[in-house]
This record gives sequence, C-alpha cells and structure tokens, in this order.
Amino acid sequence: MVLRSFKAGLVALSLVLAAGPSLPAFAGQEILNVSYDPTRELYKQYNALFAKHWKETGGEAIKINQSHGGSGKQARSVIDGLEADVVTLALEADIDAIAEKTKKIPADWKTLLPSNSSPYTSTIVFLVRKGNPKGIKDWNDLIKDDVQVITPNPKTSGGARWNFLAAWAWAKKTYGGDDAKIRDYITKLFQHVPVLDTGARGATQTFAERGLGDVLIAWENEAYLALDELGAGNFDIISPSVSVKAEPPVALVKGNSDAHGTTKVAQAYLEYLYSPEAQKLIAKNYYRPNDPSKADPADIARFAKIDLATIEDFGGWKKAQPEFFGDGGIFDQLYKPAK
Amino acid sequence: MADQQTAPHRGRNAVSEPTFVRWLLILICALFLALFLVVPLGTVVGRVIMAGWGSFAETLSESDTQSAIRLTLAVAALAVPFNLIFGIAAAWAIAKFEFKGKTFLTTLIDLPFSVSPVISGLVYVLLFGADTWLGPQLKAMGFPIIFAFPGIFLATVFVTFPFIARELIPLMQAQGTADEEAAISLGASGWQTFFRVTLPNIKWALLYGVLLCNARAMGEFGAVSVVSGHVRGKTETMPLHIEALYNDYATDGAFAVASLLAALALVTLILRTLLEMKFGAEVGNGQHK
Repeated sequence: MVLRSFKAGLVALSLVLAAGPSLPAFAGQEILNVSYDPTRELYKQYNALFAKHWKETGGEAIKINQSHGGSGKQARSVIDGLEADVVTLALEADIDAIAEKTKKIPADWKTLLPSNSSPYTSTIVFLVRKGNPKGIKDWNDLIKDDVQVITPNPKTSGGARWNFLAAWAWAKKTYGGDDAKIRDYITKLFQHVPVLDTGARGATQTFAERGLGDVLIAWENEAYLALDELGAGNFDIISPSVSVKAEPPVALVKGNSDAHGTTKVAQAYLEYLYSPEAQKLIAKNYYRPNDPSKADPADIARFAKIDLATIEDFGGWKKAQPEFFGDGGIFDQLYKPAK
Repeated sequence: MADQQTAPHRGRNAVSEPTFVRWLLILICALFLALFLVVPLGTVVGRVIMAGWGSFAETLSESDTQSAIRLTLAVAALAVPFNLIFGIAAAWAIAKFEFKGKTFLTTLIDLPFSVSPVISGLVYVLLFGADTWLGPQLKAMGFPIIFAFPGIFLATVFVTFPFIARELIPLMQAQGTADEEAAISLGASGWQTFFRVTLPNIKWALLYGVLLCNARAMGEFGAVSVVSGHVRGKTETMPLHIEALYNDYATDGAFAVASLLAALALVTLILRTLLEMKFGAEVGNGQHK
C-alpha cells in the first residue's frame, strides 16, 4: 500500500518535473540589462520602444530581460557571474568595479558613448508631506530641531552618495568652504536621520508607505514617481538652492555579450538611448534628458532650475569614493546615529 | 486519574488548573494567534479582495508572475524528493545504528537551522562564483550554477534539508530496532524490511516532514535572493517576485502573489489537519499500532 502510493508519487513527481522547468523558449535574441532600483519603470517602457525600433530597422525579434536592485549589489552580482549584456547603474564607481575585477568592460568605457556614457541625468530634491508643514525650503531647514530626514545608507546606496554630496555642495557654498562648518552641518544632518535604508526605493517606501520622517532626500525621478504612484495629494516636491548633477552611466559588458553573440544588438540598445524618441521617453519618466529638443516641453518645464555641482567639483568618483565613503572616510567620521 | 477526580477536593484539583486559569490561557493563546497570524494574513487576503478579482487575474496572467510560479513549483518538486531520500537515509543511519561521529552528523544536519539564509546563499556564490575555479568550468560546459536554476535549487536544498530528517530521527529512535530485527530473523531482505516494516512505521512523520519541507522550499527568500540574480521572468521565484512587485509600486500585484503563496502554505496546513483528523493520534505522536 505504502509502496504503491510511493510509486504513484514518483510518477506524479516526474510529470511535474517534465512540465515544470520547461520554460517557454523564445525564438530570437535575448539580452540582459542589469540596472539599479529607480529605473524599473523607465526601462520597462524603453525596452518595448527599442524592441519595436530594432525590428523596424531589420533586426530580429529581441527580448530584453531586466534585473533591478541596489546599484552596488547589482555590480557585485555581475562580478560574481551574472550574465549581463549591458549594465545601467547609478554610479561610475560601480561600473569601474566591474571593469577592474572582471575585465569584461574596457577600462575606457566612459568614453565609448556620448556625455560620459550617461544618456540621462538627474538631481537630488526633497519630498515633503503635503502642504510642507515643517516649512522646508533648503538644506539648512533639514537640521531644524523637529525635522526628521529620510535618506538611505551611502555605504550601500548609490543614490545616498549623491544625497550626501548634494548636502556637502550646499554647505560648501553656504559656509564659503570652511571645512569645520561643513562637517558640523553634515554631522547634524545625519543626526536627524532615524533610519538608514539600504537602497533608494526602500527609503521611499519608508517615507511614503510607513509614514516615517518629514522629508525624504531623493532622486528627482524617484520623487516624481512617488507622486504619480502614491498620490499627488500626499506629497510636495521641494527643490533646494544647490544640488548635484547625478550622471547614472551605462556600459556594454563586452566580455559577456561577445560570448552570447549579442554585442551588436546590445550596443544598439545603448546607442538608441540617445535617440530623440528615447530622450522623449526619458523626460517623460522624470529623468533629465541630454537632448531636450525633442522632448515634450511640458515634461521639461517640470525640472526646476537648480545650481548643480558635478562630481568633478569633488575631484571625480575615483577621488571622492574613497575620500567620502571608503572605510574610515568622511562619512564614517561624521556619522553618529540619532539617539 | 479517576481517583483524583472523584476525590472530595474543593476548589483545586491536583492535576488541573481552575477553570478561569484554563480559559485565560486559551484566551491568551487565541489573542496571540489572532494578533500575529490571523490579522496579517487577513490583511493580505483583504487587500486582494479590495483590489478585486480583475487585478488578481491580471497579475496572475503576467508572464513574469507565471514564470515565478513555475520556477517555485519546479524548485520545490525537485528539492523535496531530494531531501526525502536524504532525510530517510540520514534518519535511518542515525536512529538504527551505532557509529563513531554520530553526534557530529546530527549537528551537521541541524546546521542549516542555525546559519542565516544569507550565508546559505553566499556559500554557493563563493563556491561557484565567477572568480572561483569550479564555477567558470561548469559554465563553460553549459551548466551555470549561480544566477540560474541549479543555484536556486542548491540553496533551497541546503536550507530545507533538516526538515525531514529532524521529523524522523526522534521517532525512529523511540521505535528502536526490535521490529526490524524480527523481520530480518524471519528472513526478510534489507529492502523488504525497509518497505514493509520501517516505512509503514514512519509514514506519517515522513509525510509531515515532506509537507514542512515543501512549505519552506516554496517560501525561502534569503538564500535564494543571494543566488538568484533577480532576472525577471527567469530566475525570480515567488517570494522574490513579491518583493519586486512591491518595490515597483505594484502593491496589489504583490499582495495577489503573496496570497497565492500563502494559499499554497495553507493547503499544506489543511492537508496536515485532515491527516490528523483521519488518523488521530497515530499522526500526532507517530506511534504505529
């Protein structure tokens, strides 16, 4: 009896196995885009746009697979062997890490596409509760007594590093480069942070869904998306007087795409990001396009004019990364969690 | 027992608490369950009902969701039999034989319970990652491990392998070897003894172990998250897909998949309850008659 049911179980099992892992095969080429958190919505739309374009210009059917996560974690996965054909990450340093550790990306990747290989830029803004009850206008308001600030951990989140540098840029301008005063401001700022999430999307969820904090320091695109998704009636966006120009870069992982035989389509995938159609889509998704000429003027009008520092003002990522965020760097020296 | 109950003790019985204490304990237990189990699960189901059948059906008809369901079922369908064979073999060896290093083996089996799932996943990255010796070789042979089905399978097996062995060992130890010795002295072969004596003795504990193992295999998040690579429609299992949907602001979709996963676990629970109702104490304490 038991033996019979055991055998029946085995038969049922083999049936499940035969049906289970046989995923529907896709006739045509596939590429994998390993990206960071806030680009989910953008690439969902861009992939459809590119697939259509590629087919119309004589290419074969193409399917683009997506993987999203914190930028640093995604870079780590590619280094550990995730078969990305292209990477579209938040920080240069993450692509540099892949290039250095795997040699699958040429060291001069940044020069291979226009505008430092960044087809879009963004900046850092504040998301506050509707009506701005704490009257937050600029960076100095974030260290007022009763204000709680939400920002992710700069150790793990690319977005959080931009947040940190934006605050630094403002302090530098305001205090005329007085290092002690800048450090004092940053120390105070992080004392107003009750919790450091690991990624930008997690921080947004903390602020918006869990209702923690009075102000979220966020990517501009992430802040607008939160308005769209979670209701414009709940939040306002405040643009500070000074912020940073964040350039999320893209690169072909040539070592992988050569092995897959997808280099041509993967390269076209990245180049098409600079096309007018794609730039229009980029603006629609709240990223600042490189070429605003073809974008919907209403989309462009949403972007406030802000005094933007660039990473070059900090000596480039190669210098800024270890100086600010390395072990024992400025962030480690200044971060004293709120009691 | 009967003597005590008829004894003319007033107020307090030696083997029983006063009525109000009993009710209090039951109440605390029920409140606890309601607060920590029924309310959260009810919220999940409530969100799905509020979002409506249309949204539920829409989520389930997405190819990424279907692929996640297929992957989860396939992983469980492979991992559970794997652990079934391992669990029986390990429990058999530990309960029925004396050998050196037995305690050590028992500890090893418990290891996945004591290490964090993140470590269970990282182990495979460190073994089969791109800068290891083994990983690239296997990949070159067309058999990638991490960021592919085999890695997810391995991580799941690692996390779930104590479940069946742990169910069986105490029972088999309690049963001793008398039945098997009798069978063998009557001329039964090893396999006959196993299928006709040992297996019937442990079948309910075994089934319970399989159900637990299955529930965990489908629900594992941490270890699988590390080795998955999170490629949508490819290497995302149901728990990972739930997180992805939630982070996409597709909250209704996330709750839809979560309710499905919870339903799969509930099926397990109901099966177990049915078994207990049908076979009573036999399932509960595993004693055969």
